[in-house]
Amino acid sequence: MRPPVLLLTTLLGILLALSGAPAGAEYGDVVLNKRAEKEGVRPVVFPHWFHRIRFRCKVCHNELEFKMRAGANDVLMADILDGKFCGMCHNGRIAWGPENCDLCHSGKPGLPTGILGGHGTSGPGRW
Amino acid sequence: MGLAAGGAAEQRQWPPLNNDGVHDPASPAVKLLQDPAEALSKLPPDTTGNQVRWVEALEKGSINPRTNVFPETKVTVLDLDVFLSLRGGMPIVRFPHRQHTEWLDCANCHEHLFKSKAGANKFSMFQILQGEQCGVCHGAVAFPLTECNRCHSVPHAGFDHSRQTGKQD
Repeated sequence: MRPPVLLLTTLLGILLALSGAPAGAEYGDVVLNKRAEKEGVRPVVFPHWFHRIRFRCKVCHNELEFKMRAGANDVLMADILDGKFCGMCHNGRIAWGPENCDLCHSGKPGLPTGILGGHGTSGPGRW
Repeated sequence: MGLAAGGAAEQRQWPPLNNDGVHDPASPAVKLLQDPAEALSKLPPDTTGNQVRWVEALEKGSINPRTNVFPETKVTVLDLDVFLSLRGGMPIVRFPHRQHTEWLDCANCHEHLFKSKAGANKFSMFQILQGEQCGVCHGAVAFPLTECNRCHSVPHAGFDHSRQTGKQD
C-alpha cells in the first residue's frame, strides 16, 4: 500500500508547511495570541530560556499558578496590572512594568498560540 | 557572543531574535531584548533543546534562579530515585526526584500527572510522545524525547530489583 503512505506523507508535509511553525524559534518559546492581535497588539513571545536562568519552574508554575500547557492560561492585561501572572514580577520593580507593551508584545503578526520547538526538534507532541 | 570557552560550546549557534521567525523584526523589542546566544553560550553545552544542560548549569552554579517569590512558600527538594520500566525492552528508567524538585514543586506533577504511590502509575511512551505525562515538559522545555538513554539509563543486567518500588519515605 505504497500510494496512501506517500499521500499521507505529502499531506503531512503540506500541513507542517502551512502550520507556519517558525524554524528558528528557541526551544520552549511560547506564543500567546488568544487575544493580543484581536486587541490590536502583536502576539506575546514568552521565552522560557530567559526566565529559567532567573527563576525555577516552580515559581511561575506553582506560586503563580501558570498551567503547564500552552493556551491553557487566560492571561488578561487586567490581571497583570493587578499583579497576577506576569504582573507578579513585571511591575517595574523586579522586571519592567506593563507600560512597556512592545517588549512582550513582540511576535510576528499571525502566529498562533502555542509552544515552539527549536534546535533538533519540531516542538512538543501536542500544541 | 563568541565568549564561550571549550570546543563543543563554540559549535553552538542560536538564531538572533531579529531573524528567529518568531519575533517581528519591525518590533522595537528585537533591539532591546537579550539574544539567546549572549546568555546561553556561557552555560554548559548540550546538543539539543536550548543546547544547554540546565540541570548541570544549576548544579555547577552557572545560574542561581530564585526558588520562590513569596517569602512564605515552602521550598521542597526530595532526594529519591524511582526505577521504572523494569520489564521493557529498553534499559530501566531511573527517575531522580532531586534534579526534578530543584526546578519543580511536588504539586506540578502530583497528584494530577502522577500518583505518589509507587507502582500506581501506568506509563506509556505513546502518551509521553503526545505531550502527556513526562512529555508535558520533555519535548517542550526539558530535554527532548529523542534523548532515549538519558531516562532509559540503567541496564537490566545486574539491576537489584529490591531498589524498585515501595521505598518512598
